[in-house]
Amino acid sequence: MIELWHYLVLAAILFGIGVAGIFLNRKNILVLLMSIELMLLAVNFNFIAFSQAVNNLDGQIFVFFILTVAAAESAIGLAILVVLFRNRGTINVGDLNSMKG
Amino acid sequence: MIQLTIFYIFAAVLLVAATVVITSRNPVYSALFLVLCFFTSSALWLLAEAEFLGIALVLVYVGAVMVLFLFVVMMLDINLAPMREGFARYLPVGLGVGAVMVAEMALVVGSSSAEFAEGAIASTVVEGGDSNNVRLLGNVIYTKYVFQFEVAAVVLLVAIIAAIMLTLRRRGGTKHQEVAEQVAVHKADRLRLVRDPRGKHDNQ
Repeated sequence: MIELWHYLVLAAILFGIGVAGIFLNRKNILVLLMSIELMLLAVNFNFIAFSQAVNNLDGQIFVFFILTVAAAESAIGLAILVVLFRNRGTINVGDLNSMKG
Repeated sequence: MIQLTIFYIFAAVLLVAATVVITSRNPVYSALFLVLCFFTSSALWLLAEAEFLGIALVLVYVGAVMVLFLFVVMMLDINLAPMREGFARYLPVGLGVGAVMVAEMALVVGSSSAEFAEGAIASTVVEGGDSNNVRLLGNVIYTKYVFQFEVAAVVLLVAIIAAIMLTLRRRGGTKHQEVAEQVAVHKADRLRLVRDPRGKHDNQ
């Protein structure tokens, strides 16, 4: 039988892969966005696992809202990316230094 | 027992696909393997009795968000060579940070896994008998969480408007109709009566 910790460990490893992806692909903003999606997926895994374990639907409602906000976030992020590419001709993170933060 | 086997198979596929997403050389492959990630996650959520969210994940993410990703990846003409520089340099620190986070979370889970379930807050506890996940979710989301549901709708509306306004481009030199000017036109703007300078006879 699948226990709670199966899901929690799987989500932890998935989150770790997402964090490692942010470090590895620091130049490629597209894969950065995909890594963020992976981390959000790991968080959703935790919510669903706990929702099943404690027999409480609130976790699934949370996942529903997280899916909504994540979809909006990636839509706006990709729109910004398209505008950026149109203006600068590149999406290399190293070239985006006009503000010199 | 068979559930556990299925869980391990899907978990292995999920982790391998996620690893390919972050290590792939081509962003198109990354996007396609992210699709595989979402499919296997959907199967795992079905296994965890979250049927509605499993289907919604496939519909929303595979159907909409990943298509958007693929569209952007293929539309942008990206030079891939400079994207890869620094990959080997950041490999140790990336793997190190990821491994540390996984180890920490595994320690927390391993030490107190049995106690998690005891602290349940009995606010929306599912009554036994009804196993229709969609009906149960709908009973909660349209009563207790209706305000949050509407806020989520507004968030999506704002995202639509923002994405369209960001990428809207008015190019000069294109031919298009100005409907307002066409409707507001007067006879005096278009019609000009002139006297024929050659005289009456030629006109007839």
